[in-house]
Amino acid sequence: MLSYAPIIFMGLKMSTALAIQSLTKVYANGFQALKGIDLTVQQGDFFALLGANGAGKSTTIGIISSLVNKTSGQVSIFGYDIDTQREQAKAQIGLVPQEFNFNVFEPVREIIINQGGYYGIPRTEALERSEKLLNQLGLWEKRKDQARELSGGMKRRLMIARALIHQPRLLILDEPTAGVDIEIRRSMWDFLTELNESGTTIILTTHYLEEAESLCRNIGIIDQGQLIENTSMKKLLNRIDTETYVFDLDNALASPPEHNALTFELRDPTTLEVSFHKESFSLNQVFDWFKENNIKITSMRNKTNRLEQLFIDLVEGNKGSKAA
Amino acid sequence: MNQQQKWIAFYTIIIREILRFTRIWIQTILPPVITTALYFVIFGQLIGPAIGKIDGYNYIEFIVPGLIMMTVITNSYANVVSSFYGSKFQGNIAEMLVSPVPNWIILVGYIGGGVARGLSVGLAVTIVSLFFSNLPIEHPFLMLLMGILTSALFSLAGLINGIYAKSFDDISIVPTFVLTPLTYLGGVFYSISMLSDFWQKVSLLNPVLYMVNGFRYGVLGVSDMSPWLSFTVLIIFISALYIYSLSLLNRGVGIRN
Ligand SMILES: Nc1ncnc2c1ncn2[C@@H]1O[C@H](COP(=O)(O)OP(=O)(O)OP(=O)(O)O)[C@@H](O)[C@H]1O
Ligand SMILES: [Mg+2]
Repeated sequence: MLSYAPIIFMGLKMSTALAIQSLTKVYANGFQALKGIDLTVQQGDFFALLGANGAGKSTTIGIISSLVNKTSGQVSIFGYDIDTQREQAKAQIGLVPQEFNFNVFEPVREIIINQGGYYGIPRTEALERSEKLLNQLGLWEKRKDQARELSGGMKRRLMIARALIHQPRLLILDEPTAGVDIEIRRSMWDFLTELNESGTTIILTTHYLEEAESLCRNIGIIDQGQLIENTSMKKLLNRIDTETYVFDLDNALASPPEHNALTFELRDPTTLEVSFHKESFSLNQVFDWFKENNIKITSMRNKTNRLEQLFIDLVEGNKGSKAA
Repeated sequence: MNQQQKWIAFYTIIIREILRFTRIWIQTILPPVITTALYFVIFGQLIGPAIGKIDGYNYIEFIVPGLIMMTVITNSYANVVSSFYGSKFQGNIAEMLVSPVPNWIILVGYIGGGVARGLSVGLAVTIVSLFFSNLPIEHPFLMLLMGILTSALFSLAGLINGIYAKSFDDISIVPTFVLTPLTYLGGVFYSISMLSDFWQKVSLLNPVLYMVNGFRYGVLGVSDMSPWLSFTVLIIFISALYIYSLSLLNRGVGIRN
């Protein structure tokens, strides 16, 4: 909870940033995209909304930001109901949508300043704020260019700058790092982390699970229009109780070895995957086993996609429970 | 939003709209000027003399107000329909939809953009027309008022078209099948007193007739009807379309899933 310290330090009262109750959405073509979502995000949180393609993430975000009409349920942002206090609710949110949605013929800075105008921010102030944002996001040099002249990664950053011009308390990013190179992605992470530390609540969707892991404190997983997980990142990671390592061997193996506590999988004759329960076995014991069996190891690495496997298990589990 | 914030939002939209059409002035301002200049040459210099006088004016002078009005109508309509549909198509309409700006300000902002385009082009065409004719400009204030009201009305019509449009083809259907016939039959090129009784009555159902005549009264001091009637018809149509388009925006028709 250390990360909440700055907020308390600033003397702000902790409150709920987003509250969603029994949210459903049936699109005009009859497709039910959301089947009763309940979700709460606390002020100051950095929240990851995960889910497969078509799970309903963007639909949920669209409803929160008033771009999609909901079918039923309640949504409130910092206590403002989106039906009865829409203006106030909207004023709290900054949205970075999944698809590029600016006028590509408008100059970069104009897009940001106009967005400020829709929120009633005077031009002189918008000019100042836009200068700061453009610098922070590495777009200052491009400020006079038409938006269509930006690269894909720059367009994403433009949308982030645009979403922040009115200094929203809740920033929602729908796949902000899709198509962004590693270096820029890292700097975006730093930028968002800083923003979060200075008090902005952030909700983010991503298909890069290591991104969610390194940025987010809490996590929700949507599958087929339902929220199937809502927990802290720490608890989720704790649930990963098996470790998997990949070993490169000096001598080839014909078939995977047998062992009662270790699971072996041969990727090719000299690449062996070893999985074991964290509680009942240790890496030391694995090395001992290699020694006893006279297997020489040339190199070793951690299998990286552990969160991905858990994610897949959860989604598969949800399918299984439905089929049952 | 407080009053000042609303004003800033309105101002932002209208300036954005004006910049949009001035940025592409070769597509928006120049063509109507060239087209009307051609009308002046053909109808005024070549055909006009064969027709003689109408209501005491040369044919060219008689049609100039109608031609200006025709330009105002098509341009204010085109401005709003293409800007609004374009922002739906590119998705940037969402910039306004996520913000707290009330729908009526969005609406008035687009009307403002359409009026600005209508008046700029109208002014450009008026200047060109001064090279071809001697316009008395009897009631300049009425002329301006008619210009503003007419472009406001057709901006609203363009907006409604933009709201319903699902493709770029949809934004040319109404201009082709509704707007052009209405303007050509709206007394731009003739006085309805030249028509038979029956067709005079039918013509009175055409709202464009009232606008062209109201404007002509402002320029030449002659009209097929009282300018007050023109004014009243315009106000009624503007109010009706304003209420209708606001309700479309409030319901999110064509812009929210
Ligand atoms: N306008 C629409 N009309 C009909 N169905 C829609 C519409 N928009 C989305 N859907 C459907 O709703 C479901 C959820 O879509 P949504 O965009 O919310 O998914 P998502 O979780 O954001 O996926 P992705 O990770 O691919 O962005 C999908 O099955 C999609 O086909
Ligand atoms: Mg999506």
